[in-house]
Amino acid sequence: MVDILFYVFAAVAIGGALGVVMAKSPVGSLLFMVTTLASVAGTYVLLEAHFLAAIQIIVYAGAIMVLFLFVIMLLNLGHDYHRDLKGGAYAVVSFAIVGAMAGMLQRQLRGSGITDAVASGGRAIDAAIAEHGAIGAIAEPLYTTYVVAFEITGILLLVAIVGALVLAKRNVA
Amino acid sequence: MSGAYLPLLLLFGVSILNAIGMVAASHLFSPRRDTPQKLMPYESGMIPLGSTRARFSVKFYMVAISFIVFDLETIFLIPWAVQMRELGWGPFLAMCMFVVVLAVGLLYEWKKGGLEWD
Amino acid sequence: MESLQPISGIWAIVAGAVKVTGIFTVLMLTIAYTTLAERKISAWIQDRHGPNRAGPLGLLQPIADGIKNFLKEETLPATAARFFFVLAPMMVLFPSLVTFAVIPIAAPLPTPVGVVDMIIADVPIGILYVMAFSSLAVYGVVLGGWASNNKYAFLGGLRASAQMVSYEVALGLSLITVLMLAGNVTLPEIIWQQQQLGMWFAFPLSLGFLLFVISAFAETNRLPFDMPEAESELVTGYHTEYSAMKFSAYMIGEFGHMVTASALMATLFLGGWDLPGTWDNAFWYQGQLISGFAADGSVIMANPAVWKTLATLAGFVAKTSFFLVLYIWIRWTLPRFRYDQVMALGWKVMLPTSLAYLMLIALTILVLDEVGVAWGFGYGLALTAVSTVCTIAFVFFVDRGRTITGAAAQRAQRVEIKTIPQPAPAGD
Repeated sequence: MVDILFYVFAAVAIGGALGVVMAKSPVGSLLFMVTTLASVAGTYVLLEAHFLAAIQIIVYAGAIMVLFLFVIMLLNLGHDYHRDLKGGAYAVVSFAIVGAMAGMLQRQLRGSGITDAVASGGRAIDAAIAEHGAIGAIAEPLYTTYVVAFEITGILLLVAIVGALVLAKRNVA
Repeated sequence: MSGAYLPLLLLFGVSILNAIGMVAASHLFSPRRDTPQKLMPYESGMIPLGSTRARFSVKFYMVAISFIVFDLETIFLIPWAVQMRELGWGPFLAMCMFVVVLAVGLLYEWKKGGLEWD
Repeated sequence: MESLQPISGIWAIVAGAVKVTGIFTVLMLTIAYTTLAERKISAWIQDRHGPNRAGPLGLLQPIADGIKNFLKEETLPATAARFFFVLAPMMVLFPSLVTFAVIPIAAPLPTPVGVVDMIIADVPIGILYVMAFSSLAVYGVVLGGWASNNKYAFLGGLRASAQMVSYEVALGLSLITVLMLAGNVTLPEIIWQQQQLGMWFAFPLSLGFLLFVISAFAETNRLPFDMPEAESELVTGYHTEYSAMKFSAYMIGEFGHMVTASALMATLFLGGWDLPGTWDNAFWYQGQLISGFAADGSVIMANPAVWKTLATLAGFVAKTSFFLVLYIWIRWTLPRFRYDQVMALGWKVMLPTSLAYLMLIALTILVLDEVGVAWGFGYGLALTAVSTVCTIAFVFFVDRGRTITGAAAQRAQRVEIKTIPQPAPAGD
């Protein structure tokens, strides 16, 4: 069951990704991207990464893609857009790079006992979820061991606000 | 994957079929008698003026950016909130710092007029 | 105690399918009859009869509306982006129909083959599931407005999306206080902690409740926040060009969000299906269905019964209906905001208030734990005191001497008219 679902989600994710680059209109690309993000969230659920799946949808599909949609509309990209990529050569190069990366991943994972690691990790996750709930399990490391990284994230978000203000207000002054 | 999600798949299927079915059934049953006037975008009975694809205020973009930042803050608050009583004072202080940093961001945006809508 | 096991195997699948179809059907019917309730209540508020021709008391009106919408002519503007124009109503419907899945509607039901939880899917991410899918609702709205290629629809879609994302932040932040008290994100556990605390979270988290209700009104684009469809400015906003069933899809989407938001408010702050007293308490704790803990920490087993399930279901329906009526009542009571007021309220009032409030509640909880107050009614009372002070301060600040205090001041100044002045007789 999990295997079948994984292949369904994987197929939808890859199909959506292809749609992003091949769709005629930018809004279409955006919707394909939302589909891809949702399918990736589905695979996260299959991996017992419940919180990650939820924030994948809340943050990426529900927030960042809304910003993209605004930008597409702000820049007046309606349907009338021009093919600005030359196609052919770019496509070949990109597929070659993706293929090379997939090959490297395959080499790394083969015979590395990754299946056992995933299985034992899954059991550890199950135990943690049983004790703290799906969300509570990640709280302790996030706010104790990695607290510095967490605070820096806060500063990063501050920088994002300042940056956006500078860009948006530049022409007003 | 826990079995709790399985009924969801069924519900998703039912909801998608329902959404498509309603629009499709309406399309099948409804008459179509198009006239040029009917196909025109509705502008209170006037002949539409100018393009709809006008550019709009950059403020919507500011709202979207601010939303992403504070949505992420909410997401970071959630794991702390559910474990707050077990985690105690240390993470509480860390969270205070985090919130203060973002409150400074909000204050800056406020003072710079990023929240004004006029 | 064979019967107190959770349902499993083939029966779990059967129960799941029955629950999905049952709850989905009831949800659709509730949405349909909420439209009737809105028309009836608005009529009563305006001293009219409301729909009363289709069936007794107009009870068949939603069905008549449905048939009419299936048979009406559809328009598809020539300049619209056809594919997205048809897709948008579906994208509105889908999130509003699936978000209900994680809300428990009654106490667990005992059956001969095991105990059935009265919830479609008790997923570990609970409330985050609702947040995730309601955050997708914005696409249908903004896409519909854009694809219509109509100025009013486009502006309505933009306004709607900016408003929805703005209040999503305040909604999420006011939710955090509930999570702090509940200690988990699943809704059955949130109800369970309200049973354990001995009071519904509306009291210890009164300001959070108020902020959540306000944000939920804004999220569902209902008055006084119905800027996207302000008819005096934008015709009907993002669904101006939609007709027949596609228009109906937008309506069903809006009312679906209303029903889910009402059920959510009832669950988070009014105890969900919980009724006063401990007789109905039930929660899966380490594989056992318990109703509480004895003084020595041992568990007390729950004793589910069919009548308990039915009684708690009635309680849940009553609480949800209360919020639905509140939605309609407020719609016909308050005037509409101006758009800059909506955005200012969201970013300059709701967001800072909810942030400060949640840090204050966190501090209070930690202090109470430090002092050693036991989790229970006293704990709740202490939080209630803090929250009540916050709520009064917030209302006082938002009011700024205009509405509540302003009315009192006006009444003090009012001059009683003893005799009605008569106009001077005509003629000279």
